[in-house]
Amino acid sequence: MAKDNIDPGRRKALTTGTAVVGGVGAAVAIWPFLSSMNPSASALAAGAPVEVDISKMEPGQQIQEVWRRKPVWIIRRTPEMVETLSRLTEKLRDPDSLEESQQPAFAQNEIRSIKDEFLVLIGICTHLGCSPEFKPLPGEVGATWLGGFYCACHGSRFDLAGRVYKNVPANKNLEVPPYHFISENRILIGMTEDEAKA
Amino acid sequence: MSEQSTGLLGWIDARFPLSKMMREHLSEYYAPKNFNFWYFFGSLALLVLVIQILSGIFLTMHYKPDAALAFASVEHIMRDVNWGWLIRYMHSTGASFFFIVVYLHMFRGLMYGSFKNPRELIWLFGMLIYVALMAEAFMGYLLPWGNMSYWGAQVIINLFNTIPFVGEAVSEWIRGDFVISDATLNRFFSLHVIAVPLALLGLIVGHILALHEVGSNNPDGVEIKKTKGADGIPLDGIPFHPYYTVKDILGSVVFLAIFAFVIFFMPEMNGYFLEHANFDPANALNTPDHIAPIWYFTPFYTVLRAIPDPFLGFMMMAMAIVVLFLLPWIDRNPIKSIRYRSTLFKINLIIFVITFIILGYLGLKPVTDLFSQLALRFTELYFLFFFVLWAYSKPRSGGFWIGSFIVLLAGITFYDLFMNSSETPKYIWYTWVIPAAYLFITLLLSQFTNWDAEKQVPERVTS
Repeated sequence: MAKDNIDPGRRKALTTGTAVVGGVGAAVAIWPFLSSMNPSASALAAGAPVEVDISKMEPGQQIQEVWRRKPVWIIRRTPEMVETLSRLTEKLRDPDSLEESQQPAFAQNEIRSIKDEFLVLIGICTHLGCSPEFKPLPGEVGATWLGGFYCACHGSRFDLAGRVYKNVPANKNLEVPPYHFISENRILIGMTEDEAKA
Repeated sequence: MSEQSTGLLGWIDARFPLSKMMREHLSEYYAPKNFNFWYFFGSLALLVLVIQILSGIFLTMHYKPDAALAFASVEHIMRDVNWGWLIRYMHSTGASFFFIVVYLHMFRGLMYGSFKNPRELIWLFGMLIYVALMAEAFMGYLLPWGNMSYWGAQVIINLFNTIPFVGEAVSEWIRGDFVISDATLNRFFSLHVIAVPLALLGLIVGHILALHEVGSNNPDGVEIKKTKGADGIPLDGIPFHPYYTVKDILGSVVFLAIFAFVIFFMPEMNGYFLEHANFDPANALNTPDHIAPIWYFTPFYTVLRAIPDPFLGFMMMAMAIVVLFLLPWIDRNPIKSIRYRSTLFKINLIIFVITFIILGYLGLKPVTDLFSQLALRFTELYFLFFFVLWAYSKPRSGGFWIGSFIVLLAGITFYDLFMNSSETPKYIWYTWVIPAAYLFITLLLSQFTNWDAEKQVPERVTS
């Protein structure tokens, strides 16, 4: 071949074109692999609502259920426990539950529940996902403690409505799952009343 | 090439550069003659890697990466498999020893300036190895599917949740589920046994090739290639093989004796190598009372906990590692070795080591008012170390030292006044003394003493 026949411009265009097409192809080929790591169809499906019988709960008792493989707590609050909630406003980061992602609309209030007596929470700390402990007794976590939830992992504290204190690592209230009362003594976790009717 | 090999070796050499490679990397790789104790840890790291890969291969023959079976399969290895306990303890103890060796190896680099020009890439490869090693250890820790495995992974993966907007999607992508589950265990197994080890091997090849390109540093920080004999061989160099292979064999024997002692007599190291909570199977409903990562992660974990804001804490923890990558461009002092650097440099380095150990200790302990303030103080010291290291790069005016002292201390005090809060406010001011004293020593002492005097670096290595 004669050297003179080489067209550098054409060669460069072909090289660039090949590199770009190959690069785009390789980038697209990554997608199925990345996507395969997302939650699978079966993981997405494993979210059916859970029905809980609360007739046997004692005042002040906490029971633990599992919904979407997360711990869900039901606490039967005594009137004294409910009374503590209004005294804490100053010490809380979000006392009126303004952060909408943390509860259905029905729990956007001081007691964060449908009934004063029964508190339903997802038992996962909003900091890094540990499961906090139920510490209902006043003084159990420091002298000024009025009862609530304490996360031993990083020291986050929540009151008896799952509202987060100021100056702790967690910065959101504990999440209230969608739920409603099917009857006086039965709660369905995973669906609000509106969703159930729809 | 004077001699041409014959026979089988000659046949191979004509087809594959076997003798050539042996010469280039062993028998004619000239290393400085003054290596000391600190130069054991590179070869020991390689030894631990081999131990981990071999013991890992045999563990994989018996382990089941399934949430329903994993915990029992580890117990099966411990009780039923012939010598299974030994292989498992080799692997679990090996993980901790890997980090002991690597931390000492990195400290050696810090002391003798081994990351400086022309060895920046060796340092960067090394840092990538360190990060890959942390990923490898973290994923390996989930596999026994104990309760600490489970909640440790839960906490660390949730760190990604704190990233604004995309955080939740990222952590779901990593877990393959909304909580740590079978999907997570299975993929961590895959990454732990194949993906990360492959990456590690590639990085180690890069680390060693880069090292052999520029040659080793040494305790005097003198470039031996500058003084060569008539034959072109560095006068202060000796062939790696047989001199340092023999030296490293001695190191390996001592190391293996200590390693064996731990495996046989204290494989759990009182909860530091194998945490007690991990002898309970994973339980998604019950967090262990006290969650602490395994000891080699705790310094960074303390940095995370020291910052009240989750995302900021995550960023600071990441920065604590990123800043190490930047070391070659932070410490720009032309003197490499600690032997010829100022007294203040030595003090600064000693304080850094103490800081790192205290951060590690705090990460193992539950959060209390006092400890969270101490965590903040030593986090401050951790980052200030790098500023001081940069400041020591060249002679500076009195105004620079006094100015930096005032600005930095004012910044810290400002944070304490307006953003630092504690249940016990007096701790804020008690512990304020720590960064204040540190800044006084490292930035102001040079005004009253000659501790900033550096020594003349010799032309040739000294011993």
